[in-house]
Amino acid sequence: MKQMIADGVEFFFGWLPEWMQYVTSTTIAILIVMIGVILVVAFSTYFERKVIGSMQARVGPNRVGPLGLGQPFADVIKLLIKEIVIPAKSSRFLFVIAPLLSLVPALAAWAVMPLHPGFVIADINAGLLYVLALTSVGVYGVILAGWATNSKYALLGAMRSAAQIVAYEIAMGFALVGVLMAGGSLNLGVIVNAQSGGFLNWFLIPLFPLFIVYWVSGVAETNRAPFDVAEGESEIVAGFHVEYSGVAFALFFLAEYANMVLISGLTAIFFLGGWASPFEGWTFLNGTALAFLAAPSFVWLFAKICFFMYSFFWYRATFPRYRYDQIMRLGWKVFIPVTIIWIAVEGVMAWARIGPWAGLS
Amino acid sequence: MLFQSILFYTFSAVLVGAALGVVFFKNPIHSVMCLVLAFFQSAMLWLLIEVEFLAIVLVLVYVGAVMVLFLFVIMMLEVNVEAVKRGLTRYAPLAAAIALLMAIELVQLIWFRGDATGASGSFAATPEGYDNTKALGSVLYTEHVYAFEIAAVILLLAIVAAITLTMRKRPGLKVQDISKQVAVRAKDRVRIVKMDAEKKS
Repeated sequence: MKQMIADGVEFFFGWLPEWMQYVTSTTIAILIVMIGVILVVAFSTYFERKVIGSMQARVGPNRVGPLGLGQPFADVIKLLIKEIVIPAKSSRFLFVIAPLLSLVPALAAWAVMPLHPGFVIADINAGLLYVLALTSVGVYGVILAGWATNSKYALLGAMRSAAQIVAYEIAMGFALVGVLMAGGSLNLGVIVNAQSGGFLNWFLIPLFPLFIVYWVSGVAETNRAPFDVAEGESEIVAGFHVEYSGVAFALFFLAEYANMVLISGLTAIFFLGGWASPFEGWTFLNGTALAFLAAPSFVWLFAKICFFMYSFFWYRATFPRYRYDQIMRLGWKVFIPVTIIWIAVEGVMAWARIGPWAGLS
Repeated sequence: MLFQSILFYTFSAVLVGAALGVVFFKNPIHSVMCLVLAFFQSAMLWLLIEVEFLAIVLVLVYVGAVMVLFLFVIMMLEVNVEAVKRGLTRYAPLAAAIALLMAIELVQLIWFRGDATGASGSFAATPEGYDNTKALGSVLYTEHVYAFEIAAVILLLAIVAAITLTMRKRPGLKVQDISKQVAVRAKDRVRIVKMDAEKKS
């Protein structure tokens, strides 16, 4: 895929100097990924309403376009033409920049995501650390929005969100320590490759407790139900984005969904083998019409992301909201000990050369 | 090389500007945001000399965790801006003295290193496939393992001490025992009685 882009650029822009060709092909790759992510985000709002609708025995959006598929675009246009109200007593600059601060990290993290065999925008060695750093920066948008608004409800939401994200980030980081021990690298591509060879090689099986911790922490980190106390519309109206309207609100909305897609993708890459096919090595499929099932491709990653997105919506329709002190208890007293114990177990097993960690010396 | 120099001077200029902002902004929140920017810029400078592990860890630890807690605390406190401004002029001589001392030490260090190595400050690019993280890990856990472990123990001690100092037990506080709550079964709480329908007399 990346080679295809580079070839295409060389065909059309062969007269440019080499570094400009490189810049052009990278820009095209970035554009492809960004447009893809934003389209997925747009349609996941539709997906969410349909899923929750069917769980509550309703129809969901069905007016705009065939099957209601035009609904996301109608929503976007509605938000774009609404007025942005900036509260008079707010801190103007921070109020405006806060939505951007929450959106940019969610999109920037896609730079190191291996989307297809051989396709990744930036193949860096410290990819896992980069992802961790960016997901931790995303909290600034929420905190600053809450503070800059100069409203009690918004500040309460920001405080809750900050405490929650700081707590769950530690559990997430520790869960990823387990992944990097099993994969033997911080490079996401290497981690995916370490899981190739069918679903029995996925880290989901040896790292099951870490998978649960990572996924639940991911749900908490994106402020989604049942951990959505930062918004908590029944208690503090809308939390940190009470005063946001129009495009500024749309950016927060976009950031939340982009973060959900990101967490889904990361969970798929770390624990479910990313673009690796679950049926890899089923040689009897060769030559049949189903041979494509055994090939690793972007389709598998997309399917896994869709599954996790569905899970997000499923939880929202199923679970009641956690109480704040219970969220803190779950993060600090349950998840962090579980991850630490499992890292120790992993270390002992690597030392005894049992399981997939025997490769570690 | 020219491109790198441009990047270096841009990042450095923003870094110096942000550092000045930390001192001169009146609103503490704005100061904290400037400090975040300063951390980010120094991480960028580290990336320029290809120490990606330290750079990303700087963002992860300082920007992602420490500064969030800073913001948290500052937002909770009612900061008196007037008092803070008076403090700036009062402590200025002391601060200037400390800054001067630090500057002298830095200049000495740079001077000394320049003399010893004869290098003009340009870093050799790392070879292809060199992994910063791996190199750091292998040194940290073999040669310096005792220092590393002692540092870890000291930090743990600090956490435990801080928690014991700030923990207070209020008498008569009602706390739920969550494991007890989770362990509750329906038959402990509800008794289902089967009885025949009553007949009208």
